[in-house]
Amino acid sequence: MSLELAVAAALFVGVIAYAVLGGADFGSGFFDLTAGSSKRGAELRTLVDHSIGPVWEANHVWLIYVLVIWWTGFPESFAAAMSTLVLPLLLALLGIVLRGASFAFRKYAATLAQARLFGIVFATSSIITPFFLGTVAGGIASGRVPLEGTGDRWSSWVNPTSLFGGVIAVGTCAFLAGAFLVADARRSGQERLAEDLRVRALAVGAATGAIVFAALVPIDHDAPTLAAGLEGRAAPLVVLAGLAGLATMLLLWTRRYAVARITAVLAVAAVVSGWGVGQYPWLLVDEVTIADAAGATATLQGLLVAVGLAVVVVVPPLAYLFRLTQSEEWSRPDH
Amino acid sequence: MLAPDVVTALTHLVTEAEPAGLMPARQQMALSLGWHIVLACFGVAFPAMIFVMHLRGIRRDDPVALGLAKRWAKVSAVLFAIGAVSGTVLSFEMGVLWPGLMGTYGDVLGLPFAFEGLAFFLEAIFLGIYLYGWGRMPPKRHVLMVLPMAVTGIVGAYCVLAVNAWMNLPVGFDVVDGEVTNVQPWAVLFNQQAFLQFAHMWVGAYMLAGFSVAGVYAVGMLRGRRDAHHRLGFIVPFAFASIAAVTQPFVGHVLGFGLDERQPAKLAAFELAETTESPSPLRLGGILVDGEVKGSIDIPYLGSLIAMNSPDKPVPGLDTIPEEDHPPVNMTHLAFQTMVGIGTLLAAAVVVFWFQRRRGRDLLERRWFLRFAAAAGPLAVIALEAGWIATEVGRQPWIVYGVMRTPEAVGDYTASLWWLLGISTVVYTAMTVGAVVVLRSMARRWRAGDADLPSPYAPEVQA
Repeated sequence: MSLELAVAAALFVGVIAYAVLGGADFGSGFFDLTAGSSKRGAELRTLVDHSIGPVWEANHVWLIYVLVIWWTGFPESFAAAMSTLVLPLLLALLGIVLRGASFAFRKYAATLAQARLFGIVFATSSIITPFFLGTVAGGIASGRVPLEGTGDRWSSWVNPTSLFGGVIAVGTCAFLAGAFLVADARRSGQERLAEDLRVRALAVGAATGAIVFAALVPIDHDAPTLAAGLEGRAAPLVVLAGLAGLATMLLLWTRRYAVARITAVLAVAAVVSGWGVGQYPWLLVDEVTIADAAGATATLQGLLVAVGLAVVVVVPPLAYLFRLTQSEEWSRPDH
Repeated sequence: MLAPDVVTALTHLVTEAEPAGLMPARQQMALSLGWHIVLACFGVAFPAMIFVMHLRGIRRDDPVALGLAKRWAKVSAVLFAIGAVSGTVLSFEMGVLWPGLMGTYGDVLGLPFAFEGLAFFLEAIFLGIYLYGWGRMPPKRHVLMVLPMAVTGIVGAYCVLAVNAWMNLPVGFDVVDGEVTNVQPWAVLFNQQAFLQFAHMWVGAYMLAGFSVAGVYAVGMLRGRRDAHHRLGFIVPFAFASIAAVTQPFVGHVLGFGLDERQPAKLAAFELAETTESPSPLRLGGILVDGEVKGSIDIPYLGSLIAMNSPDKPVPGLDTIPEEDHPPVNMTHLAFQTMVGIGTLLAAAVVVFWFQRRRGRDLLERRWFLRFAAAAGPLAVIALEAGWIATEVGRQPWIVYGVMRTPEAVGDYTASLWWLLGISTVVYTAMTVGAVVVLRSMARRWRAGDADLPSPYAPEVQA
């Protein structure tokens, strides 16, 4: 594997991790928003607090990881994408800011009225953020980001591939969150809540699956390079996404929630990887390849050192955090 | 066909005209950085204070200390959340506002950010473990979970300051025929000024967080709450801030060494040196109007002594520097002196406090001191902001000193970029109000005897 490709792979691992881990956190906003009145939704909203509270900041760092590796490893393409896709990026950023702040504020709000306000902001921004990040992916994948100069700041993200990308992002986030929340509800002994979540997770899963595969039709015309990749090199991943998605539905249906989480992660990781492998070797589709976009060799080597270090020093504590959150002691409600 | 001189004049006009997006982009960066830097200070310095308090609680079986550590942890949950998201804003803005910088120098300046990201990762992980670990982990292990955050604060701050130091004194690349080549990212990470700039900021962070937290308890004591809780809550962060405050003048002074060679225009602006005078006076206050210094109080010799470490070596004046390389002089000068003035005041105040304490006089009994201690937090914030304004505005018109001018770095925007600043101002104001409302309500409920602060929509509250 060439140096550029290794760095691009490390970058894309970050994209997948953010889509899966950060995605599950954003997705819980969908369930929070649709949980009903403050009384009816109390149990679910508390579960959401408890579920994403310890992990959302760590999961959020994957985004920073992606941005940093991108601008350090492939600086010109980063500047190009940021310039052209400035609007959806700023809207996603607004969502990121509001989501994080209002999530923290809601938990410690003094009155129900305040909590309701922060809660609405938290839940809506949890939905708009993945949507706009999805449109960014669509803009890049459909070849609308020129390397030189600034592309059209509207049509680069208001187009079929981007809009489907946005909806798919929202859907996969909600799908993941459903699978995670239902398992969390069972672990903390809230069977009634788990039942309720199960039905909704199944509905979200069916809708998301349908949209993911329906999107292949407009992408065929709108993003031919990506479409060719999806039908060629990335075809196995498309199939895997379908199979893992179906398996998740089946596992949710039969109430095997712990395993359903794994297949849900697999399905979403396959969808995201399908996009990455589908547009390979392009970094900005039809504009610049990974090899041509790469920055200085010494910097790419330095980045791999940083990534190697991350594997050694970040992964073990991250695994420890995740293990703790799944443990008996941590499944108890706050005291 | 245009005559050659017309072409030259036109090109000149085009290069001279400021891009419409420049001013809003700079203001946008100032707002978002200025806001984030306060939270970043808490991220860097608060964990060590929590650690000391928590450790005391466990070691001495001290319920007061344990209670304080627990509350501080909850406060940090709020502060670190808005710190994390406001830091993300900066990552986006690097690309959105300054594509010229990132596109050209991304692979030169990027590596420190990669290590900063790593530090931030660890910080976020241990924050999650620590915050949610109360009552769910063995106490001795739990207290250790806050320690990595103090260390990642050092690493993270160092890395960010390494990039800033590089912008002031770029190294680790060559420009050949307009192309950036021979990139040495490690030379950027370990550049010569990085450590001193880091030390200055790190110590400043401890001042800001220490004085701010101590100030909360000073206000409580002013209102008559003079229990062990308030005294301990005051003294621990105040001790951290005290060490930082007396160290800071030395660190700042050492950082200034050689500024006359590295960035003469910045030094001239700091010192308000319009002309080269030997020996240079220390010019307190004053502004430059039409090339004339007005309204300053000049102390002879002191300028040369402080800035040049010499009785008569002059501070090179602005008149030795081409006009187009001058920073906005007045803002740089006043910001610099605000920082130095407040820093000196705070250092003197803590010396007086600890000296009197040694002699058996407790200034916490004096209302005037408590009032001062309550103001010390906001003062430290102002000093830190002023310091950043001084160094950043003082580097203008360069974004990378001597290599890239700020107008070359800014994105291709019309004046509509001002809208972004307007929206950002609203969002940041709302976030500030939200944080203040929530933190104050937490304090109110704690005073009322509520320990755990369940959310108002929790099922048991709702039932």
